[in-house]
Amino acid sequence: MIGRLVPVIIFLALGVLLAVGLKIADHKTEIPSPLIGKKMPEFTLPVLGKEDVTVSTEDLLGAPFLLNVWASWCPTCRYEHPVITDLAKSGAVRVIGLNYRDEATDAQQWLRRFGDPYEFSLADVSGRIGIDFGVYAAPESFLVDAEGNVVFKQIGAMTHEVIEQEILPRVRQ
Amino acid sequence: MIKQWIKLAAILVALSVMSVSAKEPLVFDTPEQEARYQKLTVELRCMVCQNQNLADSDAPLAQDLRKEIYDMMIAGRDDEYIKTFLVDRYGDFVLYRPELKGNTLALWLMPGVLLAIGAIALGFTVRNRNRKLAAQRQEG
Repeated sequence: MIGRLVPVIIFLALGVLLAVGLKIADHKTEIPSPLIGKKMPEFTLPVLGKEDVTVSTEDLLGAPFLLNVWASWCPTCRYEHPVITDLAKSGAVRVIGLNYRDEATDAQQWLRRFGDPYEFSLADVSGRIGIDFGVYAAPESFLVDAEGNVVFKQIGAMTHEVIEQEILPRVRQ
Repeated sequence: MIKQWIKLAAILVALSVMSVSAKEPLVFDTPEQEARYQKLTVELRCMVCQNQNLADSDAPLAQDLRKEIYDMMIAGRDDEYIKTFLVDRYGDFVLYRPELKGNTLALWLMPGVLLAIGAIALGFTVRNRNRKLAAQRQEG
């Protein structure tokens, strides 16, 4: 009797496994960041378009902000740009850009063309600060609280759902 | 004819060697250091392509990370330091052979568990068949 049930059980188990696999397939390449719950990495970077002005980690503290990693060579950044723009316009949270591995002229042209929603963008031309943040696929967005702790990371395009469900509740706290 | 084939083979070998060394011209202090570098970059995952290691990947991030690893090595850092540097930033996923700890336990134990399940199932099947055969023999 039990012997006959074995194939059925195996079939059901396999079904569950495949269903879970399908469900997470879209997110399989998103790796949870070890930075969550930790202080954001220390840095000093020039501001895009104002190369003589630099911003350090301490300058950013005091209020939560979203650090949006973008580049002019990144098609998904253009795709998510309206969503980032909406968030910045709503005034719910400061939105700061991290222009990653980009040429200043290309980056500025990109902002002129698609709009500049950022308070300012930091220019990480070499990508070295991106490494400290564990950036591996632009766009990525880090939500940092007023004390400088990374509280959430979005890998890939920002969406209105993520803003509603992940960003806003953490900002309102 | 044979001579031409040999020539072609020589050219192909030369090309393949060139493509290997075309990556970054790195200068190491000692051959041991170079061997360590090669071993380490093979063990580390390229986060962009994810099914490729750092040594093989041409992704810009992989190039940056190879440079970073090279700099740390020249600065006298050991493998442990370099691995920790990368895990702190990218997580355990960057290691092809992650350490055995709480969140990697399932990963390490699963093959053994599956093997054990298979062995038990096999054991049962063989026993059942033996019993059946024995019963048939008695009847016959």
